[in-house]
Amino acid sequence: MNRAALFVLADGRFPAGGHAHSGGAEPAVAAGRIKDAASLEDFCRGRLHTAGLVAAGLAAASAAGHDPLELDEAADARTPVPALRTTARKLGRQMMRAARATWPSGELDALAAARPRGAHQPVVLGLAARSAGLAPLDAAYAAAYETVSGPATATVRLLSLDPFDATAVLARLAPDLDKTAAAAAAAAQRIPEDGTDALPAASAPLLDITAQQHAAWPVRLFAS
Amino acid sequence: MHLDHDLDETFPERHTYSAAPKGPDGTRRALRIGLGGPVGSGKTATVAALCRVLRDELSIAVVTNDIYTREDAEFLLREAVLPAERITAVETGACPHTAIRDDISANLEAVEDLEDALGPLDLVLVESGGDNLTATFSKGLVDAQIFVIDVAGGDDIPRKGGPGVTTADLLVVNKTDLAPYVGSDLEGMARDAKAQRGELPVAFTSLKNEGGVKPVADWVRERLTGWTAGPT
Ligand SMILES: Nc1nc2c(ncn2[C@@H]2O[C@H](COP(=O)(O)OP(=O)(O)OP(=O)(O)O)[C@@H](O)[C@H]2O)c(=O)[nH]1
Ligand SMILES: [Mg+2]
Repeated sequence: MNRAALFVLADGRFPAGGHAHSGGAEPAVAAGRIKDAASLEDFCRGRLHTAGLVAAGLAAASAAGHDPLELDEAADARTPVPALRTTARKLGRQMMRAARATWPSGELDALAAARPRGAHQPVVLGLAARSAGLAPLDAAYAAAYETVSGPATATVRLLSLDPFDATAVLARLAPDLDKTAAAAAAAAQRIPEDGTDALPAASAPLLDITAQQHAAWPVRLFAS
Repeated sequence: MHLDHDLDETFPERHTYSAAPKGPDGTRRALRIGLGGPVGSGKTATVAALCRVLRDELSIAVVTNDIYTREDAEFLLREAVLPAERITAVETGACPHTAIRDDISANLEAVEDLEDALGPLDLVLVESGGDNLTATFSKGLVDAQIFVIDVAGGDDIPRKGGPGVTTADLLVVNKTDLAPYVGSDLEGMARDAKAQRGELPVAFTSLKNEGGVKPVADWVRERLTGWTAGPT
């Protein structure tokens, strides 16, 4: 195993489509809920402990080798709004393309064949981590970090927020990231006894509602 | 290196997946041409004119990359240059050059989906959102690229150079009809472009004139002939 592969996977420049998505930051900025570094931090913390925890659990489970198709269903069950399901599958498809090019494996090929239009992104991310020889906890970290780094980068563009402030927000979230990744990996370990019900199912209704509304905006900077 | 080569044989699809010139069934995929250049230089107008001139002889599809709207796709639909199912818009998250160069995954998906839905195509045109002079297309996304500038954006742009102006397979200098009004020196632009580009071709166009896109259409036909006859 090469731990360093985690840097490649979690790098914001990993070419898997993330740059076009704000993780809910665009509607939050428009509504005035994100207006500075402090409110960005609140937003990110909330997203991390809800959508982030769910994504990290799915990624850890996938990296541990649990059936990705079953996890894909578990992801659907944890994603109530159609707009976010569509986004998750779209990003999953893009992640799949990048993963097959960087860490080719039979397991990735099999999932790509079973879900040609894309599986949920965290499931693919976890399998990519597995193909890279990374551990479930590593996959959980990558998924959790992505749920806050995306909105932070997007807010720099949307509000012209000072990039140093945005990066400091991410640094302050590090203890929460540790907790989230650990909780997600621990949940994934309970799958053999409890099935996919063991995975976190926290939700942030406002993120769901605004994502669905955002999908219908005629003019927007980000795809989600 | 050796290990990587083994992987190539076991996992042939690892290289951007659909970039190989021939599909699994041995048929040649469509030629993919990218159109980039500064905001408002005439990229969409060039795409529209190319579609009108070439659509009777070729099976064409278009992918647009708007910065924050769907204006380009909607313009092409309104002008009815192609049936709606042949036009797809990609969202770029405020960063068109990322979507055409650094992370081409969404564009590749759009191209593949068009090929899947429409059957074999001859030509796919990928328009970038208007960007700066350094924005070029990844070779993983397109086979050739056109950089469109215009005379009204300043006649010193060819002299300034930049990756778009110096390396594009075709440089189009559009809106020559406006040159007298903005005081642009077309001969100077041609000279500067030659100095930057050497033997690479330059086309001067005025799309407001009937048949104004002809030099570009001729270049596309030539590329297509080369593509169809291609070695592998
Ligand atoms: N006079 C003149 N106007 C032109 C010509 N070509 C395009 N235009 C006009 O220039 C404007 C911009 O053209 P577009 O084709 O939308 O430019 P674009 O490069 O696609 O713009 P973005 O996608 O926004 O970057 C439109 O109003 C066109 O009608 C030309 O040859 N001469
Ligand atoms: Mg345009």
